[in-house]
Amino acid sequence: MEFLVASSIGLLTMCGTYMLLRGRTFPVVIGLALLSYAVNVFLFAMGRLTIDMPPILRDGVTEYTDPLPQALVLTAIVISFGMTALIVVLSIRAYLEIGNDHVDGRPVGEPSEAGDKN
Amino acid sequence: MGHWIVVPIVLPAVMAALIVLAVRHDIVLQRIFSITSTVALVAVTLSLVIFANNNNPEMYALGDWPAPFGIVIVLDRLSAMMIFLTSILGLGVILFASSEWDKRGQHFHALFQFQLMGVNGAFLTGDVFNLFVFFEVLLIASYGLMLHGAGAERLKAGMQYIVINLTGSTLFLVGVGMIYAVTGTLNMADLAIQVPQVAAGDAALLRAGALILLLVFCVKAALVPVHFWLPGTYANAPAPVAALFAIMTKVGAYSILRVYSLGFGENAGDMAWLAQPYILPAAIVTLAIGMIGVLAAKRLNGLIAFSVIGSMGTLLISIALFTPESISAGLYYLLHSTFAGAALFLVGDLVASRRGAIYGDKLETAPVFHQSGLLAVLFFVAAIAMAGMPPLSGFIGKLMILDAARDSDLSVWIWSVILVTSLMCIVGFGRAGSVLFWKSASAEGVIEVEGATWPVLPIVAACGMLCALVALTVFAAPIMDYLQGTAAQLFDTTDYIRAVLGEIPATQPGQ
Repeated sequence: MEFLVASSIGLLTMCGTYMLLRGRTFPVVIGLALLSYAVNVFLFAMGRLTIDMPPILRDGVTEYTDPLPQALVLTAIVISFGMTALIVVLSIRAYLEIGNDHVDGRPVGEPSEAGDKN
Repeated sequence: MGHWIVVPIVLPAVMAALIVLAVRHDIVLQRIFSITSTVALVAVTLSLVIFANNNNPEMYALGDWPAPFGIVIVLDRLSAMMIFLTSILGLGVILFASSEWDKRGQHFHALFQFQLMGVNGAFLTGDVFNLFVFFEVLLIASYGLMLHGAGAERLKAGMQYIVINLTGSTLFLVGVGMIYAVTGTLNMADLAIQVPQVAAGDAALLRAGALILLLVFCVKAALVPVHFWLPGTYANAPAPVAALFAIMTKVGAYSILRVYSLGFGENAGDMAWLAQPYILPAAIVTLAIGMIGVLAAKRLNGLIAFSVIGSMGTLLISIALFTPESISAGLYYLLHSTFAGAALFLVGDLVASRRGAIYGDKLETAPVFHQSGLLAVLFFVAAIAMAGMPPLSGFIGKLMILDAARDSDLSVWIWSVILVTSLMCIVGFGRAGSVLFWKSASAEGVIEVEGATWPVLPIVAACGMLCALVALTVFAAPIMDYLQGTAAQLFDTTDYIRAVLGEIPATQPGQ
């Protein structure tokens, strides 16, 4: 199970980083989403991987899973969800206003000075 | 101090909600609410500073859950000073924005209050994950403010700003996760106890986590090589927002100072002063690159943005030395550079708005514009401050930093880079000032811009920032007394830990 979780985090991070480095906003948004998935699973694994244990700590209970990372992941999910929504709206707005979906505001292939005139 | 400690977070949060829900259609009421709230914030934070000056650090447990299980906020000399700085800067910015800027888009005042809440929270919190949450609060508000009254250029810069900060947030979580996995705690005071006890086999993991966290703070503090988002963002943000962002880079510097002096400071065993060897060279390069940018800038806002990068370099040089003298000098420079950067952005906007749409903030010769005499004086004073020339506080700050760097291994580098870049900064601002104000005599005519009469509030706000610089200079001695106490408190962490955890618990093995 450790191998499965670790390799999936690695794969998600790899794909996310690649997409993040693309020049257009849509792959960048997908890349950010993949990275946030990877980091959520990573945070979850930081409380150690256990199966079928309650996330409760009380007297007499010796076998439990760490509840704190679950709370952290929940917060992280909420925040990254909101951020993804924001950046989707912003990309659409930028596309409508600038006229293309390149993160530098210029079509691929044009020289760099072209975007800086206004 | 009881519940007063939490007021700097709760008051702006309540005000922001009130502004959005109750008065969103009335700009005048919004201004009244927003300004009243910020004035109250100044009063509260001032009393907190006075309290912190006379007392040991004090903890406030949110929901009354004891540390390290619940989230705590901690008031000590450093955090009190930072929230006071934030509210003074906030007051200046809100006065500036209340004449005209806030009408260019929606919800300026609500976003502004949320921004203050996030910044104050980041300064007060005693928990690393909670620091992440407040970072997100202040970033979300800053995205909205950055895009206020959008346009194509601003949207482009805003998009890049948001992407880099979202990536930074992801890295923050990775770092926090690794630290939690090894130490089993995220409370900063508890970290200070757990870090020295980490088993040797886990030390590398903890070190990696702490350095990933450092990278995130460096992104916020605009340290080379992760500074590239700043010029575009600051130069394209609305002027009052850029002035408010002067505090945002300081949030990064504050986090470095807090986490790496408390958790990874003197008592951290193998991890002692973990951050130092990485920050110091990067800070020297940051200062050089910032001031080269000042020389090369083609627009006034870009010039100011690069001078902000340069001042962050100077600030982080002195923080990275991690001695009591250098940290108190660095904190003085922090106060100074916040006001100097903000004043420059405000004056720059007044200049650009009077030069009309054609010239704007471009550093090109243009005909004379209205009130160029007054604005020239304001620009001159702010530029003197930023360049660190006598008689203003920048000079005192740089002098103390140079003095504190005397014993460092890199002292030759620090001295030469600070001195040479000061000259470059003087040349850069001198060139900009002569193009903007003197050479206009050689061009024909006068630029007429509609509405560019005597806007009282913006000029008062810009003068207020400059008065703060003068006050820093005049009251340098009492302020330095406070800051030396602050540095001493940062080095002797027992009071902080005792305030959060009660009596320091007996040594337990790491998890």
